[in-house]
Amino acid sequence: MGRWRSPFFADMIRSIRACKTAAEERAVVRKECAAIRAAINENDQDYRHRNLAKLMFIHMLGYPTHFGQMECLKSIASAGFPEKRIGYLGLMLLLDERQEVLMLVTNSLKQDLNHTNQYIVGLALCALGNICSAEMARDLAPEVERLLQFRDPNIRKKAALCSIRIIKKVPDLAENFINPAAALLKEKHHGVLITGIQLVTDICKVSTEALEFFRKPKCLDGLVKTLRDVVNSPYAPEYDIAGITDPFLHIRLLKLLHVLGQGDADASDCMNDILAQVATKTESNKNAGNAILYECVETIMSIEDNGGLRVLAINILGRFLSNRDNNIRYVALNMLMKAITVDAQAVQRHRATILECVKDLDASIRKRALELVYLLVNESNVKPLTKELIDYLEISDQEFKGDLTAKICSMVEKFSPDKIWYIDQMLKVLSEAGNFVKDEVWHALIVVISNASDLHGYTVRALYRAVQTSIEQESLVRVAIWCIGEYGDMLVNNVGVLNIEDPITVTESDAVDVVEIAIKHHSSDITTKAMAMVALLKLSSRFPSCSERIRDIIVQNKGSLVLELQQRSIEFNSIVEKHQNIRSTLVERMPVLDEATFSGRRAGSLPATVSTSSGTSLNLPNGVAKPAAAPLVDLLDLSSDDAPVPSSSGNDFLQDLLGVDVSPASVQPGTSQAPKAGTDVLLDLLSIGSPPVQNNSTPSDILSSSQDNKSSVAILDGLSPAPSGGAASMIDLLDGFVPNSPKPEDNGPAYPSIVAFESSSLILTFNFSKPPGNPQTTLIQATFTNLSPNVYTDFVFQAAVPKFLQLHLDPASGNTLPASGNGSITQTLRVTNSQHGKKPLVMRTRIAYKLNNRDVLEEGQINNFPRDL
Amino acid sequence: MIYALFADMAVADNGSRQGKVRLTKWYSPYTQKERSKVIRELSGVILTRGPKLCNFVEWRGYKVVYKRYASLYFCMCIDQEDNELEILEIIHHYVEILDRYFGSVCELDLIFNFHKAYYILDEILIAGELQESSKKTVARLIAAQDSLVETAKEQASSISNIIAQATK
Repeated sequence: MGRWRSPFFADMIRSIRACKTAAEERAVVRKECAAIRAAINENDQDYRHRNLAKLMFIHMLGYPTHFGQMECLKSIASAGFPEKRIGYLGLMLLLDERQEVLMLVTNSLKQDLNHTNQYIVGLALCALGNICSAEMARDLAPEVERLLQFRDPNIRKKAALCSIRIIKKVPDLAENFINPAAALLKEKHHGVLITGIQLVTDICKVSTEALEFFRKPKCLDGLVKTLRDVVNSPYAPEYDIAGITDPFLHIRLLKLLHVLGQGDADASDCMNDILAQVATKTESNKNAGNAILYECVETIMSIEDNGGLRVLAINILGRFLSNRDNNIRYVALNMLMKAITVDAQAVQRHRATILECVKDLDASIRKRALELVYLLVNESNVKPLTKELIDYLEISDQEFKGDLTAKICSMVEKFSPDKIWYIDQMLKVLSEAGNFVKDEVWHALIVVISNASDLHGYTVRALYRAVQTSIEQESLVRVAIWCIGEYGDMLVNNVGVLNIEDPITVTESDAVDVVEIAIKHHSSDITTKAMAMVALLKLSSRFPSCSERIRDIIVQNKGSLVLELQQRSIEFNSIVEKHQNIRSTLVERMPVLDEATFSGRRAGSLPATVSTSSGTSLNLPNGVAKPAAAPLVDLLDLSSDDAPVPSSSGNDFLQDLLGVDVSPASVQPGTSQAPKAGTDVLLDLLSIGSPPVQNNSTPSDILSSSQDNKSSVAILDGLSPAPSGGAASMIDLLDGFVPNSPKPEDNGPAYPSIVAFESSSLILTFNFSKPPGNPQTTLIQATFTNLSPNVYTDFVFQAAVPKFLQLHLDPASGNTLPASGNGSITQTLRVTNSQHGKKPLVMRTRIAYKLNNRDVLEEGQINNFPRDL
Repeated sequence: MIYALFADMAVADNGSRQGKVRLTKWYSPYTQKERSKVIRELSGVILTRGPKLCNFVEWRGYKVVYKRYASLYFCMCIDQEDNELEILEIIHHYVEILDRYFGSVCELDLIFNFHKAYYILDEILIAGELQESSKKTVARLIAAQDSLVETAKEQASSISNIIAQATK
């Protein structure tokens, strides 16, 4: 077998193959590599080819062989064909485009491309085609271009493929190749024809000039004729595959027609007849024929509309779809995905078959079919399709459930005709594969449930039933305990029973059971347990009779190793034990979650990407506000992570103020609003480096979410007088998360008070003082007085300042403003002016309150600050 | 375009089903590390697929077309828009030419004469595109180049004979 099968070379392979362990193999390879290195150092020319062959084998086993790279170059540079042949093989195998060694080879390549021996030219072309980099492409393009006209067709075809690589690396060079490529299309030699057509296709993809050139009837007619000739050609043994003459040539021609016909009605018209002929005449009993039909359908779908051809194509796909060969069914599904944009109706006709494919044994087919079914869903068929898929969910493979649930959830969300159906389907999915759904799916479900106030009772009962059988489905359990916590009373009292429901009797202790099981179940993670803890706290107020038992469960987690649970346990226990008076207010039902906000968040726009022009906001993610908001938020939050977080209305306000948000949102204190881009703007604008700006509104907002509750008003009233009584207990409860308000000190220079805002019924006055030694900072004592005969409740003052100022608001003294000037609310603002002495203070304000339970907003701008603040 | 081709054994030398690569060809630049990662991942996916399933696997935005011949798998990694059925034909085209060249090709041919398998491949594919659809032409070109090597070898040995005789 020639010199390559020399004993040395074969011996090495044998000894490597004889190795029983990886360590043995490494030892043999190490020994061989050492010998090769020694030979390289001695510049042993006789054995160079053999050493190269050994190196390639070692390389294939995955060992480093970089020391042999220069040997390849030397071998290429030597004169004989055998050395060059193995050298180029080593070059392609051992080196890749990114190695600098390639720079050195360009010169050898250039010489070999001009060699008198055509086989050496062939070797060089092949190597260039496989490893050419952009620089080599520029250097060697003229040689390759010339070789496209070489006398031997075998060199012409290699040069054509080499040109493809060059164009891909440097698309600018494409135009140089148009004319020589056009000449190749007239050849008879199949190799040249195939490669030439491929080259033209690639040129047309990068150059519109070329596209126009080859679309001209002169060229196009020639191509159509070539295709007709090969379709009608008599039996040719050299090119025959399963009774078809050169299917490869067929396919390449069809691909080129695809490119030329796309977007050009005239060109498409020229090829209609031949496409129809290929589509009807090609035998479809062998793979080769099907490959041609498949390509033909692809071309028909891509070129400009011709109704008749499309029907033909869809029929071929229909035939493919019912084929018993999995490969054929796979490509049919693949193509139907493309066809759906062209003719959705026709694809819908195959819906039943496609649905069967979703249940196929073959994972590749299932995946394709599922994607296709997803595209087929619309309002009219969503119900049956969802039913089919959910039924299949029960028996599907574990590894397929993730994809399947994602698609089901997505189509149910997109096309659900009503909420009850949506909730029903989601419960089915969660009961079946709750462990496979993403967090946002069950977050979204909770938002929907929260918004469907007439279905609360129904949902909580359905969840109660579902969770009895599917306790191991984590996300189902989470939704269930959230709902039981919120709507536990509806579960027990059978509120809002729909006539489709079976009657069910649940005692208070049954409901607590579910939560207890969840908190103790081995598969529950922290999020679930933490949510269960919140649910228990809520139930302790809803079910007074179970209060003791609930406290016991909560206390059991006091020693939990997980900080989050331990903290909740201690906090909640203290609420249950010591703060009976505010408990019912604290655990009020969550306000309805805002669907628009939630879907906006899901849509994926990252915070801070929305129209915030300044870069600094990016450095201050939402989290900055969190130290203040988190503990309060957590009490009501559904999970400890990034679920929709009720935050203060300040976000909205500032968004409005700055015109970030398009819709002038009516600010309703206590409405749960996820912090969005506005927060950043706020942070940016206020440039907070120091703690919470929103503290003033946060506690009051959360408490005021219970506006309809008389007792809460009493508590709020109790809170109003400055830090005493109720407020003190709040601070206690929150373990000092509300920072102590700095006491206004009056030892700075005196400034006149101003009336910052005045309307018919409301007066806001500012008193100024400066802390000693810090001229940039101004302390402002804001006093609000209500002149009208009605009490203002839920009173919130908010302010924004330009960038050169920093604003810090301390908590207000209360949020109820007595009528007729019988009292006032005070609030301290601290403003730091970085442009002190150059620019005066300026501030925009918004005051929101409720007058007879009606929201009132007052806005204003304050320009009359004393000058040198 | 074909990005990579490799031939993988279902059963390795040591009997494990992990697979042993016999032949790899990359038409797009990858580092050695990336290459072994790709091969490891794909062997895992392909060798575990049961019989009678379709010959296509979707993988990281590419498609992999594979075909099994006895214990040897030929795999090609291609673009999404390539014609999978045609790739199957190309694999078969290559295997048939190997078969004719070695006379009923077997695994040992690919091990001991791996370089010849590469030479043949280089006459069929360049830059990930098909070069020649005629098996006869490929066989003729390979034979011509093999004989060039033979001639060179004979010349070398005759020269060394002459030298040997002259120095006797």
